[in-house]
Order: sequence, then C-alpha cells, then structure tokens
Amino acid sequence: MKISVTVNGTKYERDVEPRTLLAYFLREALGLTGTHVGCDTSSCGVCVVVLDDERAVKSCTMLAVMADGHEIKTIEGLVQGGALHPLQQGFWDQHGLQCGYCTPGMMLASYVLLKNNPEPSEAEIREGLSGNLCRCTGYNNIVKAVQQAAGAMKAQPAEPVAS
Amino acid sequence: MFPAPFDYHRPGSLDETLALLAQYGGDARVLAGGQSLIPAMRFRLARPAVLIDINQLADLGYIRETDGVLALGAIARDAALEHSSLIASSYRLLADTSALVADPIVRQTGTVVGSLCHNDPSGDWGVTALASRAQIVIRGKAGTRTVPIDEFLVDSFATAVGEGELALEVRFPKPPDRTSGSYQKIERKVGDFATACAAAQITLAADGTVAEVGIAIGAAGPTAMRVKAGESALRGSKPSKDAIRAAADEARKLADPVADTRGSAEFKKDMAGVLVRRALVAACERLGVGGMQ
Amino acid sequence: MSTTTESTNGKHAMGVSMKRKEDPRFIRGGGKYLDDFTLPGMVWLSLVHSPYPHAKIVKIDKTPALAVPGVLAVLTGEDLAAHNLAWIPTFHGYDKQMVLAVGKVLYQYQEVAGVIATSREAAQDGAEMVDVEYEPLDPVVSPFDSREDKIILRDDRENKTNHIYHWEVGKQDETNAALAASEVSIKERIVFQRCHPAPLEPCGILADMSPATGRLTLYLTSQAPHAHRTVVSLVTGIPEDKIRVISPDLGGGFGNKVPVYPGYVVAAAASVVIGVPVKWVETRTENLTCTGFARDYHMDVEIGATKEGRVTALKVSTVADHGAFDAAADPTKYPAGLFGIVTGSYDFPTAFTQLDAYFTNKAPGGVAYRCSFRVTEASFAIERGMELLARKLNMDPSEFRLKNFVKKEQFPYPSPLGFVYDSGDYHMTLRKALDIVGYDDLRKEQAEKRKRGELMGIGISTFTEAVGAGPSKHFDIMGIKMFDSAEIRVHPTGSAILRAGTKSQGQGHETTWAQIAAEELGLDPQNIMVEEGDTDTAPYGLGTYASRSTPVAGGAIALAARKIREKARKIAAHLLEAPLDDVEWENYKFQVRGQPENALTMQQIAFAAYTNPAPDSEPGLEATFYYDPPNLTFPYGAYIAVVDVDRETGAVSVRRFLAIDDCGTVINPMVVEGQIHGGLTEGFAIAFMQEIKYDEQGNNLNTNFTDYLVPTSLESPKWETSSTCTPSPHHPIGAKGVGESPNVGSPAAFVNAVMDALAPLGVTHIDMPLTREKIWQACRQSTTA
Repeated sequence: MKISVTVNGTKYERDVEPRTLLAYFLREALGLTGTHVGCDTSSCGVCVVVLDDERAVKSCTMLAVMADGHEIKTIEGLVQGGALHPLQQGFWDQHGLQCGYCTPGMMLASYVLLKNNPEPSEAEIREGLSGNLCRCTGYNNIVKAVQQAAGAMKAQPAEPVAS
Repeated sequence: MFPAPFDYHRPGSLDETLALLAQYGGDARVLAGGQSLIPAMRFRLARPAVLIDINQLADLGYIRETDGVLALGAIARDAALEHSSLIASSYRLLADTSALVADPIVRQTGTVVGSLCHNDPSGDWGVTALASRAQIVIRGKAGTRTVPIDEFLVDSFATAVGEGELALEVRFPKPPDRTSGSYQKIERKVGDFATACAAAQITLAADGTVAEVGIAIGAAGPTAMRVKAGESALRGSKPSKDAIRAAADEARKLADPVADTRGSAEFKKDMAGVLVRRALVAACERLGVGGMQ
Repeated sequence: MSTTTESTNGKHAMGVSMKRKEDPRFIRGGGKYLDDFTLPGMVWLSLVHSPYPHAKIVKIDKTPALAVPGVLAVLTGEDLAAHNLAWIPTFHGYDKQMVLAVGKVLYQYQEVAGVIATSREAAQDGAEMVDVEYEPLDPVVSPFDSREDKIILRDDRENKTNHIYHWEVGKQDETNAALAASEVSIKERIVFQRCHPAPLEPCGILADMSPATGRLTLYLTSQAPHAHRTVVSLVTGIPEDKIRVISPDLGGGFGNKVPVYPGYVVAAAASVVIGVPVKWVETRTENLTCTGFARDYHMDVEIGATKEGRVTALKVSTVADHGAFDAAADPTKYPAGLFGIVTGSYDFPTAFTQLDAYFTNKAPGGVAYRCSFRVTEASFAIERGMELLARKLNMDPSEFRLKNFVKKEQFPYPSPLGFVYDSGDYHMTLRKALDIVGYDDLRKEQAEKRKRGELMGIGISTFTEAVGAGPSKHFDIMGIKMFDSAEIRVHPTGSAILRAGTKSQGQGHETTWAQIAAEELGLDPQNIMVEEGDTDTAPYGLGTYASRSTPVAGGAIALAARKIREKARKIAAHLLEAPLDDVEWENYKFQVRGQPENALTMQQIAFAAYTNPAPDSEPGLEATFYYDPPNLTFPYGAYIAVVDVDRETGAVSVRRFLAIDDCGTVINPMVVEGQIHGGLTEGFAIAFMQEIKYDEQGNNLNTNFTDYLVPTSLESPKWETSSTCTPSPHHPIGAKGVGESPNVGSPAAFVNAVMDALAPLGVTHIDMPLTREKIWQACRQSTTA
C-alpha cells in the first residue's frame, strides 16, 4: 500500500505491507535508527515517537499505514535549527542517560509531557514517564533532566512550527 | 514479532465503514486505538484477514455532554478524558479511571469504546461503565440500537456487538448533584493488568441517604460484574461503616477470580472486597461524608 | 586545559563530575546499536522454539517452512552437527550446550531450528511453519527433585547423574563444632529466586562471512569481544586473524551479553555456508526465556554467636539450579563464582561453605544481573542471616553489625574463606549512614507506630563485595587469564587515542577512561578519544562484567599512561638539557627540580616526540600495558531502607533509601552516582517484583515484560546517596569498582526492612520477591495465630 508520511518535516512516499510496524518503517525504510525496539508487549517505550506534534505513541504498536497522511517526530527531529533541544541539553547535563537505549523514547515522551504540563512537579514527571522503562539510570537523573528542560523552556520564546 | 499478513482499509465515512463491516463480517476487525489488538496480532493470537481502521473518522473523537448525557465517540482517547476539565469536575469516577488505564503513553492512543469492545476481564472501563450505568450505542446496516452496559459485556473478549456492527458511542448519564465516585486498582506496576479493581459511584439524596449507588469489580471473573447485593446494602440509608463493610463482603462473595502470576484466587477475592470498601469510603469522603474508614 | 566541569578537588581530571563524552550521539539518536547495522545482501534468521520442557525430537519437517515466500533455508541440529557445530563449550568449560536441539529438548523455549529468509517477517512466517514432532518426557523442575536422580536429564554426559559438581571452601569440622557449641544460633533456608538481567536492548548478531576478504566479521552484542573471538575461532577452526568481532553501542548488558548464544552460532554458520550477511536479533520473549538467567540459589544459612552477640561461626550450604546446561559464566576454578565472600563484612573466627549444582529442565545460565560472580547471592545470605540472628539475640541490628565488623586495623584482612580484603572502614561508613538517615529518630517513630499497630520497618545492609577478577594465579575464563589492557597513543598535537580490552554497555568508559589517562598525562580528557569493542584494534581484554573494568583495565590505563610519562620524562630531560634524575613531574608538568620556570607540558613533549625525539629513543609517544592485578578489590557499603507496610493489601511503600558506597578512589562522582541509582532500582525490582518462575509442568510463567516486571519511574523510589573513600592500597589509582554494589547490597536492605516491619506479627522470613500476596498472607496468618 502506498503511504505518504511526513517525518521530521520531510515528506516520504513509500510502498509498505499493511503489517509493517511504524517502528520498523522508520528504522528500515527511512533509515532513522534512533527509534528503538525493546520488547514484544508494548511495555517498554523505547519505540516512542510523536504523532502530529500532539500524541506520544509507541511506534511498535502502530502500523505504518496508520501514519499515512500524518506527521511523525522522531528523536532525529528534536534538534532545533542545529541547536540541542532543552530536553537533549537537560539529559546531557543531568546525566539522564547511560546506555542511551531508552533515551530517544524517554525524551519524546517528556516532550509531550511538557507540552501538556509545562511546569510539572516531580510526581507528575514520574507519573508522566511511567510508560517508559529504563534499566540503567534508576530514574533520579531523568527527573532532573526534565526539570531542567522545563525551566529552560519556560525561559525560551515559543518554538517555531515544525521545520 | 510481526503480525500475519492482512488486508487493510481506512474508510473515510461511517457509511463506508459499515459497508466494509457488512462485506467482511467475521473476517474483519475494527482498528481504533489498536493498543490491545495490535499486540495480540504481533503474537499472532489474533489473525484477522481484514483490518478496518476507523481513525480517519475524526468526528467520532467527541467528548460531549448534552441533555443529561455524557457521550464519548468511538475514537475518544483515554488521555482526552484524563486531561478534560469537564470530566475532572463532574465525572470523578471516569476521571480516576482514565488516569489508571495502562500507561500514560498507551492512554494517548487507546480508546474508551475500544476498551469496552475488547472486554478484557481485567480491563478498567468495563468496571467503571457498570458502576455508572453506561449504555453503548451500536450501529449496523439495519440501524442503531442502544444496549445497557450490563447486557453489553457478555463474556471475556465478547460483547453484544454483532457481525457487521460498529460500537459508535458510550453514554454515561450525567450524575445528579451530590454524586461522586472512585476507581481503585491494584497493579504490580504501571501498565500491568489489574490484580483487582473496583468502581463505586454514590448519589446522595437531600436527606443524606443513598439515592443511587453503583458498585462493580473487575479481574474477578470472566467479565466485570456489578455487585448488586452490595448496592442493595447501601441504597436507601445513610452511608455507614457497617453498610460499606457489608457491600465489601458481597463483593468478596461475588468475586470468582482466576489464579495467575498476580495472585491466588483467595488473595484476589479478598482484594475485591478491600477495594470496594476503599472505593466507597473515597466516594463518601468526596461527598463530604467522613468517618467511613 | 579545559574540562566540561570545573574541578573542585585540586585534581585535573580525577574525581571530576565531567559530562559524558559519549552522550552527544545518544541524545541525537545517533547511537549505533546492533540492529542499526545493515549490509548489502543481508538476510534474517528467526529461531524455532520448543513448547515442551523435556521431550524427544521425533521428526523435524522443513518443507512447509521452505514453501513460505522469502525463506531460503532451514537449519536444524543435524545440519549443524555436519559442521561440528551442534554443541559448543560453555564458558565455565566443564560442560557444553546444544546450539540447536539434538535428539531431545531440555527446556521450554529451547532453540530447535533456524529459518533464514529475505525479510524479518518472512523469517518469522517461516519459523511458524517448521513442523516439529515431539514425544514429551516428564520434566524435572525442582533442583531438589533433580537431586534424586530419578530422571537423568543429560544422557550426553559420561556420569549419568543430574549432579553437576560439588564445591566447598573453609573448615568444615571446626565450623560444625563451633556452631554446635554456640550459645545462640540461627538456621534458615534463604532462597535467591531465579531472575533475569533483561537489558532493554536484546541480544543479536550480524554475521558477515565475506568471500571477498575471507574474513568473518561479527557485529555482536558482546560484553567480551576478544573472548568471543577466541571462542569462535576454537569452535569453528577459523583462525583468529580471519575473525573480527565488533561490539557496537550496547543498550545495557548486566551480564546478559557475556555468554555465547545459539542464535550467534546459527547466524555465523549460516553466513559461512550461504556466503551472505545474516542478521539475528532476538525478541524479548526469546531474551527472557533462553538467555542467561541469574541467581536460583537455595541457601541454608547457619550462624552461631555468643549470647553477648559476638559471632562464632558461619556455615552456608547451597543447592544451585543451573538449568539444562552448565552455562554459568564463571572463572574456571570458581564454579560458584566468588560466593566465598559470604562472610561479608564480619570477622568470623571460622566458616565453611559448600554448594551442589544440579541440572533441571530450565534455561541455562546462572551468572548475570550484576552479580559480581555470585556475590549478590552471598551478600543476601549473610545480610539476611545476620539480621535473623540480631533479632534472636534481641539486639539492635546496627549494634550487632558494629560489634562484628572487621576492624579497620585488621586490613588487609584474610577471611576464613580465602579472600584477602584490601581495605575498608566499615564502622565509619555505617555510622555515617545511621547519622544521615536519623536512625535513632526512626526507631522512636517506629516504636510509636507499633503502639498503634502500624507496620513500619528499617532495614540495614552492610555488604562487602569482591570484584576485579582477577589475578592470573587464580582466575581464567576458558584458560585465558583475566588481565586487562590499555593502549594509549599520544598524537603530535597533544591529543590521544586510548583503546582498552573492556566494553562499556552504558558505564561511561569513553569519559572515565579518558579521565584516568588525562590525570596521569596532564592532557585534556576532551581530547583523549576512547575506543572499545573492535577486536581488530583494541588490545586483548576479558571485557566488562563483574565490576572488573575499573579495577583491572583502569589499572592498565594508569600504568600505560605512566609508561608514557616515563618516556616523556626522558624527552623532557633531552629538551630541558637536564639530567634525567633532575626532571620531575610536578603539577602536570615536567620541570627541572627547584626550577619551576624550567618546565614543559605534555603537549610540548608530544610534539617533540615526533619532531625532536630523544637520542637513542624511538620516535612517537605511546604505550601498551597488560595489567595482571595482584588481588581482587573489595568495595563495600552501608544501605538503609525505611518502609511502611499496608497490612490490608500487602503493599510496601519505600519511604526512604539511603545508599552509602565506598569504592575507593572515584573517577567521576556523577557517573558513580548514576550507577548506584540504576542498580538500586534493579535491586528494588528483585526484592519486590521479579522472578522467572517455572510451574510444576516446566512452563515458564514470566516470558515477557507483562509478567517479568521492570519498575517504572513511578514505583522506583527516589534514591539518596553518599560515599566514603577507603582507597585500595594495591590498585594503581586506589579505585575498587562499584557498578554492581547496588545490586549486591540493596535486596537485603529491602527485605530486612519489610521483615522488621512485620516483626511484631512474629514473621521472620519471607522469600523474594516480596509480593503483596506474600505479605498479606504473613499478616493474616499472624492475626489468626
């Protein structure tokens, strides 16, 4: 089936089997390997991407054909005009990653969390990220990373519309 | 873990959807959030020949309150309820539930109607729908019918939706003043299915007696169940510790859970009672009636 | 010299919490993990698994699979046998394991066949269609049943018994006598349940036998790339120079990526036979059901003491469940790993420990999940045992520990089970923990709560672990000694490249190894590029697991750097026109003694090494060091957990958790703290929710993340950490390693806390995981008692 998906601002037209999962479409058809696969049961969240700049979705639990006509943001699309997104800066500054495997999904889940709740409490951050597993960090520093990003984004002017 | 091959349709209108459903009958599954269906397909436990994706029917994403009824369209997402001020202010039981389904990511795509149609015995929405006396609107080629939730939830993974039909909407009666509720869930971690879950909704009359009450338990049988005997124990009198304990005991008696990695049947039965008690106590507290602990 | 974070300790790079150099690629999604690699012509492998825990294989019919579009080949154990690859040796060396099942299957999900196809989906479609006929046999699930030898599982072995080996160390008669004579003693069966390391990235391989180069390149999720290369060479007969193992970015290891798995062998064999690259990436189900599990020790712990509370003897007898093959990745002479550390932080006059290992119809493994070679099991046993004895003596658990700790003056401390602990000050560290947590106030609060029937508990764990395997006299893996290595080359313009024999899976070596070298050489750690994982370029090492990297490779890095510094000193003497003896390394410069103005930086020396080398000296500035450590290292800690228990539902809330770790010299405090946080969440998971359980029919009940539970940010407590520092006297930079300490120390802290909470109900011990139901059951039983 022919689909047209805009990923990180670029439109791609491809022919896919209906059963192709969005995660593998992104990774293999488009070569965007920053989105990862970690489990079989939609439990881990390392595959999370953003749909229509609005919803965080587990891309292993979505068919590529469902993304036809929609916009996807992957980790590769988080950089803003060559500069690190405050979330990326926050994760780096606060040591919010170790092996890096959960990090793309964790950052994109945080991205949507902060869109809906720009000044989350620690409890709200922990609750909001409870769909993303991490084995390395014990979550303490992930919370700090998101708090730093929230603070920086509050100080920033509004982001440009998806470029 | 990839699904077996299937044909895929994404209709642009309700009529088109119904036509496809009529055409493919039992060979087709409806795809809304897909948060239960796609995982089942990845394990090849579900192998539909045809998927009918209704996500393009954007006008089915509504959450609206009209004429004493809260109506949620077929693709209204869990997260939309979670973040809705209408739900938070007037539908406490639904607000509680919407924050406890699956995990915060799944909730952004999963749908309430889809969850009710999936009818997992450990699902959250069936329990809440029973306690709040919901109804499901079903449309087929023959027309539209409205089914009370008690009749809608037939058995594990089985509902009253027939071949060629689509569940269009779930309706909750707008609660009268002096109504509140609570949803209680024991899960081993976020995202786990419930070890036990319970929903309670209480409406008090002007004299402080219980005018109406809905109590339901989940993960305690083939499908969510109303604890009717528990409701009777509370209806008509002022809320009391004894009545609440009696209702909890009725829940315990009614619960017939299956032992699994989450616990033995004995444990789950007891938890059904504990959670009914806690749900009723919380509902009372929210109504300003304390001391029920 | 610039670093990303300002040094606050007077040192240039050591002890600095500098931001990680590897992060820029990870935060951009630019990490290159195994499944990110593709090669032209690549095909996929999918495995077929047995539904039965124990069965004869009657017949395997490939035809329905071969008929699936895209399927190129189906391989079975028989096919591999023709290439002598049906069995491979296990790391421990005393056993072998099937690659694809031959004749029978020995655990549910065991690998039975492999399907090669042109796409992932087709490979899975094909695997579904392979028709295997089984004749089920009765399974042996419990190691205690296995011990009876009623059903012999391994007819391929010479000795027809399920008993794999017996191991013991210590003084049996003396210990038995001391226990018998003790005024007070405890004896308890303490089980450390089977669990699984479950890194978020599953295991995989991209095997590329290139006819053009004649080389076999293996992109491999490997914590020990050189060891894997050597094993592949020995097993296949392909010379090592024709094999290249590339271990790329790894999404976590925790010991899961140490063993050699059937999927690796089948993919490599397929690539050799077919002549195209073959990729295999396991599913999460395969990861949890087939790859190396952790723990599964049933330990009978006996401790004796005087009535004043001075311990007299320790005896631990263990039944170990190894699954179907003995694939526990232990050093050769240590079949029970470093379990001998079971005397822990305490000064036992005598001790004895023994272990018997058995086969069962379960997946093979045993050494994984940050266990430091079974130190997690030992530490749990002693910390639970000491807690039970403190309770019996009616002594405060902290007082009991302080009374029995090895004293600072006793180091280096020879333990009764054969270790020589390098350094420690257990009293200081525990006292610091008690002080920070406000122990006395917590006990007061507990007393008040107990009056109201509320269940609050405080749990202590004061562990000592043994890491840094290890000295060549004692340690080898398949005969290869457990040294490790570093090669450092300084470039003319004063930056450097450093390669080591270790392999980070998130531990931050690209930063911390640069910091060690930078400190020794006075170079900027930002300009020391660190590489690991490519066997074509990295010096030979035994890899990263069991917290050995800093103790062993860290030593190699420091000593390689010091070799460079010694050569640099010669160049400095030449440039400064001073006698060699008068040239000193002072304040990160070479200077003529007493003439600070007559000094040169390492950058200046580096340039000179290429432009103006010292006479009778080679040009260039580099060194390699293979470090054979003189001893293990012994990091330790004091952990305190505070919990509140809901007796109605059995739910436990971890109100506070304080971890004080002492790993000697700390290279990067931020990195160490991160390691502690991560390990504590893993220990929390083990204590409360994780288990790989098989039912009586041998069915694996925890095959996915829906039933093998990883805590989320919501369940995981907010960790509090601190540290003390007793450097290792024998380590070149005094560092001990720390990665596994939190897994070693925390489960006992959690369990001790919950048992403390339940103490008024008369409950003494509950086995992990402490599920709600177990606690609910214990509470109910006591009220009816």
